[in-house]
Amino acid sequence: MASLHRFTIFVATATLLLITAGALVTSTDSGLAVPDWPNTYGHFMFSFPLSKMVGGILYEHGHRLIASAVGILMIGLAVWFSRVDGRRWVRYLAWVALGAVILQGTVGGVTVLYFLPTPISVAHAGLAQLVFCLTVALALFTSPSWHTGTAAPIADRMLGRLTIGTVAVVYVQVLVGAIMRHTGAGLAIPDFPLAFGHLVPPEWSWPIAIHFGHRVGAVLVTLAVIATAGHVLVHHRHRLELRRLAWLLIGLVTVQFTLGALTVLSERQVGINTAHVATGAALLATVVLLTLLVHRHRFTDVPLSNTSVALPETSAVGGS
Amino acid sequence: MDVRKSWLLVSIMALVLTVACGGGSEAPAESEPEAPAATAVDSATAGNITGTVILEGTPPEAETIRMNADPVCTQEAGDNTSTEYYIVGDDGSLSNVFVYVKEGLGNRSFPTPSEPVMLDQNGCRYTPHVFGIQVGQTLTVSNGDPTLHNIHATPANNAEFNTGQPIEGMTYDTEFESVEVMVPFKCDVHGWMNAYVGVLDHPYFGVSGNGGAFALNTLPPGDYTIEAWHEMLGTQTQNVTVGENETVEVSFTFTVN
Repeated sequence: MASLHRFTIFVATATLLLITAGALVTSTDSGLAVPDWPNTYGHFMFSFPLSKMVGGILYEHGHRLIASAVGILMIGLAVWFSRVDGRRWVRYLAWVALGAVILQGTVGGVTVLYFLPTPISVAHAGLAQLVFCLTVALALFTSPSWHTGTAAPIADRMLGRLTIGTVAVVYVQVLVGAIMRHTGAGLAIPDFPLAFGHLVPPEWSWPIAIHFGHRVGAVLVTLAVIATAGHVLVHHRHRLELRRLAWLLIGLVTVQFTLGALTVLSERQVGINTAHVATGAALLATVVLLTLLVHRHRFTDVPLSNTSVALPETSAVGGS
Repeated sequence: MDVRKSWLLVSIMALVLTVACGGGSEAPAESEPEAPAATAVDSATAGNITGTVILEGTPPEAETIRMNADPVCTQEAGDNTSTEYYIVGDDGSLSNVFVYVKEGLGNRSFPTPSEPVMLDQNGCRYTPHVFGIQVGQTLTVSNGDPTLHNIHATPANNAEFNTGQPIEGMTYDTEFESVEVMVPFKCDVHGWMNAYVGVLDHPYFGVSGNGGAFALNTLPPGDYTIEAWHEMLGTQTQNVTVGENETVEVSFTFTVN
C-alpha cells in the first residue's frame, strides 16, 4: 500500500504538471497551434517529430503528450487500486478519476476542433481541477495517517461547514477565473488594486464584469481561507495535520493573491499567468485535503487486503 | 373511446408529427429572390478616386519580433523582423490602409473574379499584410517557409477556419461568403504573424502602398461613402461625389498621439 500511496502522489504531481502545461497553452495563446485532433498536423500523436515542436506547437503538443502520459498513469492507478485496495468506494473513486481523465481529453479535443468555444474550454479547465482533486484525495486515502486513524474525530460542525464553504468558494473562483481567461478578459481592468482609478469600475461590459467578479472572488476566497485556517489554528492547534494545512492554505492564498495582482500589472506575463493557475489548483487541492480530514469520521474504511499499515480494530476510521 | 374517435386522434397526431418532423424539404420551396445580374460599368463615363493616406504625429517605433521560438523563422526572416503596425514614409505617408467604397453602389452587382487572391507565408510573415477580396473569390494561402504554419481566420460574419500547413509549398484554397471588413488571420504557431483581409461584394477597394497612395478606378458616377481602415488607428469615412469621367482626389489623415 505504501507503494500505491507513493504512486498516487506521483500521479497527482503529474496532474498538477498537466494543469500547468495547460495554463501555459492559454497563457501563450497556443490553443489552436495544432489545428487537428487527435492527430498532430496529420501525424499520429506520438510520432510527431520533436524537431517540429516549435512556437505554439511546443506548448499545445507538449500539453497533449503530458495529458496522454497522465491518462496512462491513471489507467495504471485504477488497475492497481482494483487489485490492492479493499475499499470498494476507493476503487470506485479511482475508476471515476480515470473516466474523468478520458472525458477531459475528449473535451480538450472537442474544444480545439470547434475553435475554443468558451463553455467547452471552461469545462475543460474546471474538469482539470476536479481530476487533480480526485488524485490528491486518492493520495490521502492511501496515506498511513488516513489508515491508522489514531487521531480523534473532529467534532466541530462549524469547521465542517467552513471547510465545505471554502471548497465551494475556491472552486467557483477557479471557474470564474477560467471564464475570464477564455474570454480574453484578463486585462479588461488594466490597473490594480483600483479599477480604472475607482473602487468599482465606472463603466461596465461583459469582460469588465467577469474580471471584476474574479477580483471580488479573490477577496471572498481570502476571507474564507482566513476564517477556516484561523478557526483551525485557534480551536485545533493541537492537531498537527490540520495546523500544517492551515498554514499551507494561508501561504498559498497569499502567493495566489500576489500572483493575481502581478498578472495584471505585468500585462499577463506568461510565467506569472501560468503560475497563477497552478497555484489556484494547489490552493483548491489543499482546501479539499483539509475538508476530507475534517470530515474523516464520515468515511467508512474496510480493512485493506494487502497493507503493512496497522489498522484500528474498528472499521470506521475515527468514527467511533 | 370509440373507433371513430381513435382514428380521429391518430390522424391529428400524424398530422402534428408530419408538420413537426417533416422538415422544410417537402414544402414547396419559396422562390428565392434572384441576385441582380452583374451590371457592366460604362467605361465611357466611369470616374476614379485616387488619393493618399497620411499619418500625423510620431508613431511608436517598430519593435523587433523575437522569432527564436522557431529557428527556421529566425533564418528565413533575416533582417525582416520589425513589426508592421505602422509603415510610415519619410513624408508621413501611411501604408497598409484598406480603402474601399462603403456605400453608394446601390443594388449593382459585380462579377466574381476568376483569378485567386494569393496570401503567402514567407519568412514567417504574411504577404501581403493587408489586402482585399470579393465574396466568392478564391483565396489561395501558400506556405513558402520550410516550417509549419497554421492559418487561422477569426471572422465575425463568415465561417471561422483553422488549417495546418506543415510542409513547404502547400496551398489551401478557401473563399468567403459574406461581406466583412476586416477578417483577421493569425498563425497560432508563430504568435507575431497576422494579416487582415477586407471582404466586399464589389471590386472598389485598394490598399495604400509606398507613398500612401491608393486608387479606386472605373467607378460609376455617383455619391459614395469611402472608408479607410487601419489596424491600429481604426476607420475614417468621407463622402465623395464622382462625376462622369472625373478623377476625384481624396486624402485621409490619421493622427497618432
